Formats: sequence, structure tokens, C-alpha cells
Amino acid sequence: MRSLVIGGLLAGTFLFAALLSFVWTPFDVTELDIAARLQKSSMEHWFGTDHFGRDLFSMIMVGARISLAVALVAVGIGMGLGVPLGLLAASRSGSLLDELIMRSNDLIFAFPSLLIAILITAVFGPSALNAIIAIGIFNIPVFARLTRGGALSLWTRDFILAARVAGKGPLRISVEHILPNITNLLIVQGTIQFSLGILAEAGLSYVGLGAQPPTPSWGRMLAESQTMISFAPHLALYPGIAIILTVLGLNLMGDGLRDITDPRIRRTGR
Amino acid sequence: MLRYALKRLVSLLGALAVASVVVFAAIEVIPGDPAAYMLGLNAAPETVAALRAELGLDAGPIARYINWVTGMLQGDFGISYTYRTPVSEMVGDRLWISLPLALYALALSTIIAFPVGIWAASKRGTSVDIGIMGFTQLGVAIPNFWFAMILVVIFAINLRWFSAGGFPGWGGGLFPGLKALTLPAIALALPQASILSRVMRSALVDMLDQDFMRTARAKGLTQGQALRRHALRNAMIPVLTILGLQFSFLLAGAIIIENVFFLPGLGRLIFQAIAQRDLIVVESVVMILVFAVILVTFLVDLAYAAVDPRLRVH
Amino acid sequence: MKTLTFTAAMMLGASVAAAQQTELTLGLQLEPPHLDPTGAAAAAIDEVVYANVYEGLTRFAADGSVRPALAESWDISDDGMSYTFRLRSGVTFHDGAEFTAEDVKFSLERTTAEDSTNAQKALFEGIESVNAIDDTTVEITLTEPDGALLFNLAWGDAVIIDESDVETLKQAPVGTGPFKFSNWVQGDSIELVANDAYWGEPAKLTKATFKFISDPTAAFAALMAGDVDAFPVFPAPENLPQFDADPRFNVIVGSTEGETILSTNNQNGPLADKRVRQAIAHAIDRQAIIDGAMFGYGTPIGTHFAPHNPAYVDLTGLTPHDPEKAKALLAEAGFADGFTTTLKLPPPSYARRGGEIIAAQLRNVGIQTEISNLEWAQWLEQVFRGKDFGLTIVSHTEPMDIGIYARPDYYFQYDDPVVRAMMSGLASMSVPEDRTAVLQAVQRRISEEYVNGYLFQLAKTGVADVRIKGLWENSPTQANDLTEVYWEE
Repeated sequence: MRSLVIGGLLAGTFLFAALLSFVWTPFDVTELDIAARLQKSSMEHWFGTDHFGRDLFSMIMVGARISLAVALVAVGIGMGLGVPLGLLAASRSGSLLDELIMRSNDLIFAFPSLLIAILITAVFGPSALNAIIAIGIFNIPVFARLTRGGALSLWTRDFILAARVAGKGPLRISVEHILPNITNLLIVQGTIQFSLGILAEAGLSYVGLGAQPPTPSWGRMLAESQTMISFAPHLALYPGIAIILTVLGLNLMGDGLRDITDPRIRRTGR
Repeated sequence: MLRYALKRLVSLLGALAVASVVVFAAIEVIPGDPAAYMLGLNAAPETVAALRAELGLDAGPIARYINWVTGMLQGDFGISYTYRTPVSEMVGDRLWISLPLALYALALSTIIAFPVGIWAASKRGTSVDIGIMGFTQLGVAIPNFWFAMILVVIFAINLRWFSAGGFPGWGGGLFPGLKALTLPAIALALPQASILSRVMRSALVDMLDQDFMRTARAKGLTQGQALRRHALRNAMIPVLTILGLQFSFLLAGAIIIENVFFLPGLGRLIFQAIAQRDLIVVESVVMILVFAVILVTFLVDLAYAAVDPRLRVH
Repeated sequence: MKTLTFTAAMMLGASVAAAQQTELTLGLQLEPPHLDPTGAAAAAIDEVVYANVYEGLTRFAADGSVRPALAESWDISDDGMSYTFRLRSGVTFHDGAEFTAEDVKFSLERTTAEDSTNAQKALFEGIESVNAIDDTTVEITLTEPDGALLFNLAWGDAVIIDESDVETLKQAPVGTGPFKFSNWVQGDSIELVANDAYWGEPAKLTKATFKFISDPTAAFAALMAGDVDAFPVFPAPENLPQFDADPRFNVIVGSTEGETILSTNNQNGPLADKRVRQAIAHAIDRQAIIDGAMFGYGTPIGTHFAPHNPAYVDLTGLTPHDPEKAKALLAEAGFADGFTTTLKLPPPSYARRGGEIIAAQLRNVGIQTEISNLEWAQWLEQVFRGKDFGLTIVSHTEPMDIGIYARPDYYFQYDDPVVRAMMSGLASMSVPEDRTAVLQAVQRRISEEYVNGYLFQLAKTGVADVRIKGLWENSPTQANDLTEVYWEE
């Protein structure tokens, strides 16, 4: 419970910052002021300024928007495609279709994800959208496997048997009876994937494959700070801490949610 | 068991075949001409055409695919467009950095994770456990390239204990080589160690509630003793799975870290090759990595089946 | 936290320095793909081998002038159609083979051959024939007079090689230069050693190692740690003040042939309108770009010509930074509300950083840009070949390349009969004053037509140990000539 609260507060802070950045930031992040570059933290610029004199605090607020949006949509893609595939595979367990779905999942897993992301951007050019696609693809098998596993254990239960006897088809059973019973599982995993998505987005934009300038992104801020780290360490510090706290918050939330929804752990856990 | 192994082997080969088509097709559609890239701004079109012919790029895609696959089956991965050396040699050289780096990181992560995981599990519910788990949460949350940058600032630029990157080669002996890989391995190991300790702990915690553990405790063993003597062995299955996954991740996923430390490993080779449109290198290296991952998965599956016969049914 | 440890380690480093050093480790950002300058455009090849391993008939000196190399002297026929070169005698290749007129004939004919893969083939297309008159005399006949032939022969792409080595040059180069190739650890370094049998003044160094470090942070650390002795083109100008403040290092700021320009697609929508291009020129604040992207290193230019060239005309005054005028011009052209165009940026930091600054400056006058950061291969494909762009930033590093304005099919698609007429007359001119007059007229014309946004001449910012002498300060061609380099005691 405690981790849920702490995690929620952390993640919530960044979510709030991201939403707030739509209407207000201390400074305009597209406005450059070369004369005011590389300032340390001050009352005016809370986190200092970058090499173009932009306000770092404002950039981190807007960067939160990109990070959260990319990760969220990527998880959405993974769930949207992975869950139906998993349900389908489970409902036809052992069939050729099941085998096909699961082997395709294995295949996606076999590809090194960052490499595929690089290839995708080599084909379509770098953009936030392509980062979403690259991260999203690798979320599909995660949710497909999880859903199939969860669903398989349900298919042998009495209440499903009852539904089958009542004449409901596998599709209806999957949607009406299986899905509601694995929602908790999906939410917990979704939170974890969300945090992994943030890390992945940071990695991609660090190598220059995410959102393009002038949109600030945490990963690119880190990449650009790298040569200045020896005389302006704040440029690397703040975006790094932003990533860490967001990911930490989401992971703690995931843990907390699992504790609440999984009675087995609640009994034995802390 | 044999039937199961054969079945898995067939699906492994199938996966490889599909993967080769996917990889080839993906790389085929990448815009950008390796010959044009090599010849630069002032080259005349017919010069580019001449180079394309020299590189064997003017053949049709199907002919090139067949050429590539048959070559690979005989261990011939082709000749790099840009460097004009056999891809297998380049990969061989780079593997001598990537493989030791992955193993080094894996060793570090295991050395850290095992005791930490066991300690946390044996102190389950106490402030020690909560503290350790908090730390591992932090470890998971830190992007490894950011951690790498911080390591460089502290240990290379300020303290000068290590060089900021590069690799002196194994020719100078084991120590200089390992030293050059130390910071990158630490950067890679931190998140892996955190994940592994968490898995270790939860696998052990699951064991704690099993009957045989209660018996062991009833015999007068402390929780820690009971864990080490009885639970550890049983907890190894999930831990091994994660180790297998982490190994393949480390082999292919060190791209960013290799870039931070400018290590001439597989990841950087492929990154450069994509930028230079040295497509034959990209294709072959991706294929090798995919093969490695599929192979590791296959071996882990077999190991499971050997340990737990129930798994063979599926 | 940094300064203390820096100073402490600095003192340690200084006391270690001992006896006469004859070995040098040079840091380069890019590793060459192979070592045959006649088979690829990669500047990284010349940065290792030019003037060190290979030599041509002529060569560039440190000041950019063309000097004799393997050719001792030459005569030009009165009609400018025929050049007779007298070659040095007693020159041998590193493998012991003798250098003769046949090698010159072979090398140049290979360059112009049908199946040639020479990246600069176009420069030598005017060569009709190469005749070896005797062992030390070669005659080159042209299809039309070419005032730039001696200049072009100094390019790294025109070095002389031995026919028997053609197949192996890429991995193990064999030339006539003061250094011999010794070893290549791929992904790490290339080693050259002094050539004892060199025909000219022997090199002062006994061994030179080129170490490849692409990451600027790593380059910084490698210099600080003494892993490399010099970085002739240091990739991160933001670190230069730190080197400057450090008594161990010299920061060498020189000029290059790189005109850094906001290349404009002259056939693309609003950009085809001269008033729009003029508006862009006034919207740009050159000094802000030099300060912001290059941390102050670079010389503003107002046309496509190197400021250190005697024929340069300073036209920066023609388009001062004036956003109001830019807005007025846009309104006059019918874009009072501005417009949107693309800004495609290749990898170098001058382009990436400069691009962000220019985007902000253009935004101030109402022009919106969609930035995309491209790799070189994508840039070549989309921008250079596909001409699918509005704006891009690139440094044109080829020496004396103003002729590209006479090529309507060149990627910025500037089609101007006036410039074409001026440039076509240039080739047959041999009187220097006439050539200068034409070059200056072309400079004015392209500036007044606002063909591209002219930003700044790329500076060569090198860092070297203070005891190293004889490195090239400027970069008339992309090379690291080590012939004169030595350690001061």
C-alpha cells in the first residue's frame, strides 16, 4: 500500500507537470537566448539553462509530456494487439493457430529491440511516432503471453465450464468471463511496461531516434549534455533524475497494485 | 525427451528461416545506397553504377537473398561493402569484445544479486528487506547510459582510475582488457543485478511457504539456513530463465553502452554499418544475434524439460 | 569537483615528460573504411594517408598553395591543352618498386576509365590522354583548357600508385610518401612508420599512430588522460576553453575550406521566390549561430567562398540581421502569415545545433520549420539526390567549389545562365587577375540572388600537446601532413 502511494505521488507529479506544460511553463522552450546559456540553478531558472539558454525546468516539463505520451501509446498498442491475440490463442489452446501466434511472439522476442528500433527509423526517419511503433511492437508479445497464460488457467475452471454448457462460444466466453478476470494482471503488467517504455524512449531519443527538435525530450537532453558534463553537470543531472523518478514511481505503483490485487502476496507479503 | 527436443529443434529452424526473410526484407527497404554513400557528393552517376556492379548490388533481390542464405549456411557471411573485409572476420573480432563484456556484466550482476536476493528473502518483511527492495527499484529505474555517463565523469575524467573508453585489445594481456571493460560492465550490470535480486528474492519467498520449508524450520534450522540448504536449488528455475534472457539482452543490447565507451563491439559495428548503409554487415550481424537469442531460448527450454518433465507435455 | 583533481593530475602528467620523443598518437573522429583514396570519398582516408603514405604529381602545402610533389616541374603549352611534367628520379614505392612515368599513366588512366570508382572522376574528365614520353617525363593532353588541372592533381584522389598493388591498397596501402603503413587494428587505430628510403627530406617522427575516437566526450577524456597527443579536428568546440586554460595544451584555431551554408532548395514552393530567400537571409543572425552552435569559433561569410582566399569578397554587410525587413519582404512576397518548410539536418553538430538556432530565428519572422535529423546516408538519398527538402545545413568542404552554382541539377537547384556564362569562361583563363575578377563577380551574383543562406566558414579547431610543433594550422584539404611534425624538447 505504501509503495502504491509513494509511486503514485511520484508518477502523478510528472503527469501533472506534463499536463501543466500544455498551458504553462516558466519559460518558452522554443525561445533561445544564447547570451543566457549554461547558467546554474537560480531563482529565475530553477534548474539552470542549457547550451542555447533555454530554461531546463521548462524543458523537463515538456519532456515529461513526450516521454509519458510515447510510453503510454506504446503500451496501448501492445495491449490492444497482444491481449486479443493472447485470448484467441488460449481459446484454441493447442491448435495450429495457438502455435502460430506463440511462435511469432517468440520470434519478435528474438530480435534485439533497440536494433529493430534503429532499423525502423532508418526506413521511416526518426520521429516520436516511429519510436512509439518500435516500442509498441515489443509490447505485443508481452501482453499476448501474459493473457494466454492467465486465460489458460481460467479455461479449466468451473464457471467457464458452466458458461460453455450454457452454449456460449469461445469468443463470448473470452470477452465476458476471461477478460474481466485477468484485468488486474493486465493493469499490473501495464504499469511495468509503461515504466519500461519510458526507459526505452529515453534510450531511443538518446541515440537520436525519438522526438525531433525543437520538441524537448529527456533522452536527447542527456545526449546533448554529454560533451558539457565536465563543466555543466546540471544538464545531465536533472533530465536523468526526471527519468529515474518517473520510472521508479511507475514501478512502485506496479508493485503496490500487485500487492493489492494478488491475494496470495497480500497474505504472505509485507 | 528426445521427441520434445526434436520438435523444438524443428521450430527453431523454422524461426530462423522466417527471421532471415524478415531481416532481409527489412533491410531491403531501407532507403540509401551504400555505393553513393561511399563515393560522396561529387561522384558521377556512372561512377556509382560502376561501384554498385563491383559490390554485386545490381543483382535482383531474390538472387541476392539466395546468395546470402546459401553463403551463411557455409559459414560465409559475405564481404563488407565499406571495409571490403569478410563479415565473418569483422564479427569475429567484435565478438571478442561483446562476448567478454556480456559475460563480465552477467558475472557482476550474479555476484551482486545472489547474496542480496538471499539476504532480502531471509529478512522478509523487515526494514532490511524493504530497504534492499527500494534500492533495487532504484537500480531498475536508472537508464544504463546515464549511469555510464556518470561513471565516466567520476572514474575517468575526475579520478582517472579508468580510461573513458576504447579498447586496447587482448594482445596486451588479460588485465588491460578487463580494465577497459570494467566501467561498461558495471553500467550494464546495475539494472540487471537489480532485476535479478528481485527475482531471486521473490522465488525464495515463494519457497518459504512450501511444506518442506516448514519441516526444515521445525527441525530447528534458522530461516537463512533453511533457505540456503533447501530453497535455493528450487528457486534456480526462474533465476536461470532470467539469466538466459539477460545474456541475450546483454549481447545485443549493449549498443548504447558500447557507444558511450566507444568499444568496438558488435553493437557499435551494427550502428556504424547502418549509418554507412553497409547492409550486408547489418543483415548478417542481426541474423547472428537473432540466432544467438533463439539458441539460448532453445537451450533454456531443454534445460527446463530435463529438470521438470511436466513441461514436456506442452 | 572537477578543477581540483584536474590540476593535481596535470602536475603529475607534466613531470612524467622525459627524453626526446619521436612517436606521436593522433586522435581522429572517424575511422576510414579502407585506405585507398582513389576508391572512396571518405575524408577519413585522406586524413590518414594524404602526404604521409601517398603522393601525387602536385600537392597542397599547409597554406593551401599547390606545390610540386612527384613532379619536379612542368611546362604548359601556349594553348593550355597540354601539360608536360618532369618527374623526380630515384623515387621508390614502399615495396621497393621504382616509380616511373608508367605509374603516372596507369594511375590517371585508372581514374578516368569507364569502370572507375574514383569519387572525383568528374575533375579529371577533361584529360584526353596521358603519355609516358620517357621514364621521367609525362605529357597530359586535355580536351579543353583547364586552369584548375594542377590544383585538381593535388587532390588525394589523384595520388600515384603502382599497378601491382591495386588489389591490396585498401587494406595495406603502398605509396611513395615519407611514412609506410605498418598496422591497422580495426575499430581502434592505424600505425604508420617512417620510410627510410624516402626521396625527400625524411620525416622527423619515427612512428605515428592514428587513434579513432568518434565520441566527443571520449575524445575529451582521451586528451586529458594523455591517451592521444593531439586531436587535429576536435569535435566539440564547447570543450576548447577548458583546453585553452590548461597549460599542457595548445588550442589551434585555423581555417578550413568548409563554407557552412543554409542550403535552400531554389525550386521548392515559396523558396523559389527570391524575396523569400532574401527574407531568410535577413532573418538569420550569423553571430548567434556561431556563438550558439560553435561556441564562437567560425568566421561569418556572405557568399560561397573561403575568407582566407585572396579572391574573397566580404558580402556579410549585404544581409544584416534584420527581422523587420525579413517580415516586410515575406509580406511583399505574399507570405505575410509565414509558411512552413522542412529543415533536414545531417549529423555534424554545426548542423544539428545550428539548425535549432536557425529554426528559432526563422520562427521569429513567421517561417515554421519541421526539423528532421538525418544520418548521412538518408541525407544523401533525400536531400542530395532526391532534392526532397526545403532547407538544410551543410558545410561544403571541397576547396574552390563555387562551380556548383553553375550546375542547375545540383541539389539546391539554382538555375542561372548568368553564373553559368561566367564560370564557363573561367576554365580557359590563365591570367590570375582575370580569374579573380570572375570569381568575385560570381560571389556577388550568388549573394545578391540569395541562393543560399551564407552562415560561416567552419573553423578548424585542434587541440595538441604544447610540445608538438609542425601540425597544419589550417585545412586546405582534409589531411594531417606529418612530414614536418616533431616534439620540441
